[in-house]
Amino acid sequence: MQRALLLLLCVLGWGCPQQTQQVQQHFRFNNGAEPETLDLHLMTGVPENRLATALFEGLVNQHPETLDPLPGVAERWETSEDGKVWTFHLRSDAKWSNGRAITAEDFFVSWKRALTPATACQYGYMLYPIQGAEAFHKGERSDFSQVGVEVKSPLVLEVTLHAPCPYFLDLAAFKTLFPVPVWLVEQHGDKWSRAENMVSNGPFKLAEWKPNERIVMVPNEHYWNRSQLKLEKITAYPYTAVETSYKLFLQGELDWITDVPLQKIEEVKWQPQAYFTPYLGSYFYRINVNKAPFDKVEVRQALSMGFDRSIITRDLLKAGQLPATYFCPRMPGYDPPKGLAYDRAKARELLAKAGYPEGKGFPEVSLLYNTSESHKQVAENIVRQWKENLGITVSLQNSEWKVYLNDVDNGNYQVARAGWIGDYTDPNTFLDMFVTGGGNNNTGWSNARYDELIAGAAREADPAARAELLREAETILVEEELPIIPIYIYVNKGMLAPRVEGWYGNVLDSHPYTSLSIREE
Amino acid sequence: MGNYLVKRLLQVPLVLIVLITITFFMVRFAPGGPFSGEKGIDPVIKQKLQEKYHLDKPVIQQYGIFWLNLLKGDLGPSYKEKTRSVNEIIFESKFWVSTYLGLLAILLALFLGLSAGVVAGIRQNSRFDYASMAVAMTGLSVPTFVVGPVLALVFGRYLNVLPVAGYESGLKSVPYMILPAVTLSLPFAARIARLTRAGMLEVINQDYIRTAWAKGLREQVIVLRHALRGAMLPVVSFLGPAIAAMLTGSLVVEQIFAIPGIGTAFIESATNRDYTLVMGTVILFGVLLVIMNLVVDVLYGLLDPRIRYS
Repeated sequence: MQRALLLLLCVLGWGCPQQTQQVQQHFRFNNGAEPETLDLHLMTGVPENRLATALFEGLVNQHPETLDPLPGVAERWETSEDGKVWTFHLRSDAKWSNGRAITAEDFFVSWKRALTPATACQYGYMLYPIQGAEAFHKGERSDFSQVGVEVKSPLVLEVTLHAPCPYFLDLAAFKTLFPVPVWLVEQHGDKWSRAENMVSNGPFKLAEWKPNERIVMVPNEHYWNRSQLKLEKITAYPYTAVETSYKLFLQGELDWITDVPLQKIEEVKWQPQAYFTPYLGSYFYRINVNKAPFDKVEVRQALSMGFDRSIITRDLLKAGQLPATYFCPRMPGYDPPKGLAYDRAKARELLAKAGYPEGKGFPEVSLLYNTSESHKQVAENIVRQWKENLGITVSLQNSEWKVYLNDVDNGNYQVARAGWIGDYTDPNTFLDMFVTGGGNNNTGWSNARYDELIAGAAREADPAARAELLREAETILVEEELPIIPIYIYVNKGMLAPRVEGWYGNVLDSHPYTSLSIREE
Repeated sequence: MGNYLVKRLLQVPLVLIVLITITFFMVRFAPGGPFSGEKGIDPVIKQKLQEKYHLDKPVIQQYGIFWLNLLKGDLGPSYKEKTRSVNEIIFESKFWVSTYLGLLAILLALFLGLSAGVVAGIRQNSRFDYASMAVAMTGLSVPTFVVGPVLALVFGRYLNVLPVAGYESGLKSVPYMILPAVTLSLPFAARIARLTRAGMLEVINQDYIRTAWAKGLREQVIVLRHALRGAMLPVVSFLGPAIAAMLTGSLVVEQIFAIPGIGTAFIESATNRDYTLVMGTVILFGVLLVIMNLVVDVLYGLLDPRIRYS
């Protein structure tokens, strides 16, 4: 039967399915979604990022495992005594995929485009450490010569910051700071990033973009480090269904999938292909501090101490998420404060102090989350624990994603689920969101001392002293004031074919294709 | 008939205008907008984005702009897929992929459904009747999200004769389309089989069929030329909206088999508040539905001599 069908298909000229791959060094992965755009200044999501790092390259690259800065378009760089002036020396053999040389001017015009308000670049804030960048981006100033970017010579770019920024090299390795071929933008407008027009400067170039079908990338023969590239072809598929992607992986049709179906986690957990590594992301609940009874700090502390997070990570999520009573994940050079650990007695005491002994008289409040099975399970568990431990009743309210965002943004909630993924490996990407009036604060919380510490850290050049300031700020956030309830630290979960080499897990979930190769069988 | 057709055709734009207007305002009054996300967006940047897409203007003015572009055949840019227009998203590939899959599924459903229904109808209470109706009942009650993965498992994973999922355009698409088409067609085939059988039972005892028997016609001629015409009526009225639905894709089948059809765009455009794509998909579905209903009414007249439109 099997033979006959196969024969029939072959005879009819449809080709036998799953023919042997002609290209040995072919890396195939599921990107999880159709990219919204390949324009570096307009992209916002993770799928776009996975393509951007193949197609483009910034001044600096990151080590695939440690994320330490490595030379990119810049072969070396130096910084001034006070840490405010960075000088990047571009390599002379860096070229665009059409053979055109890359100069400091390319970065200048590209960053100018990112910061020009009309471009509407949502990640423009990644350039804000540069002097005058924020004012220019927000349209408060219109003279770009006031922004601290200067072309010293065709191969020397000088960047002046308004304060020392120890993570500036991490930013320089971020997609918004990669060069965009601005001359193409002038020629083609928004359509410059389509396959027929695109010119890029990364290790790979766009060979084919069939919307909703696949994106094929092949080595850029003008790439300065071409001789080190081992992959000959990368294909990214836009499959959204995790189940389908998992099936294709098992079938050997994909080498890398970036998610595992929830119900398969236990099954694959111990298989060598599966990986579960810590991620630079935090899952937490926001508390609207303006609404009674949450205006009382004791109530907020009691809620945070009133449930055991390890039950959630161990029994519900199961993929190695870290239970967290702190907000910012641990990273090199930064140890988060302890936070308020589960302590039933202490929590009850605090609640009594707030005027609700044994939870008596506590008004019925609601917990808002965006509709999803996993958010629901977590919320149900926490609410049950609060009921058992504190005697308070919290009802659940779920909303469709955009409705939920709207409600959180307008403060139209009491307690709301939230998640935050860091943009770069520095605590600042987590902690600066809770400054007074911060665009993502959304809790109504404001604390002068906290604001001062975050601002102080931004001025501090000494890494250790800076980490101390940030740690003190986070202590206020997770031990004293609690406008948020930290719950757990995310993990990256996915599966990688054993024949892929040179792939490392890291907290940013970024995997340079330059280091990958396929072991020949 | 001619008059009737003209009258019905004149109603089409009216129906579409109402549909477009209601959808336009409903989607815009839904909370949240196309640019909200987990990471808040700076008010200045949000303003610029809204200006770019005319979303800063009063809704009634946006409505006017939408019509002006629509009359030129332009559905506008997608807010989500930023380098492509809605026309491109729908008509460059998605709609054709769905049409392709839909047509395959319709043909399969008609073949399976009609043949099973006719035989079951004329051999009422036979073993074949019971067996085929049991299969049809199963086809109706087992959802596609069960049938699809099971087929993929059997033919893709175990027998390894067809791909488990995926799509390639061009001639290579055929093997990728077989399992999705079968999955999509089964519930429709089951409905058609049941409707045909019921229709057959009703028709087979009528006077004109008895007359045909009396004239000494062969069974084949009686069934196919006379009985089936009458028995098809309920099937035809079911087929109109069913074809429109199949042509505009199925979210579930597309997700299971990773087929880049339009069903996913239908759902995702609404959850993304991609206003223009919502309008595009709704208009497409609306036009198809109106046309299919019209075709059904005309077919009715041709199939049933008792129906006369004036």
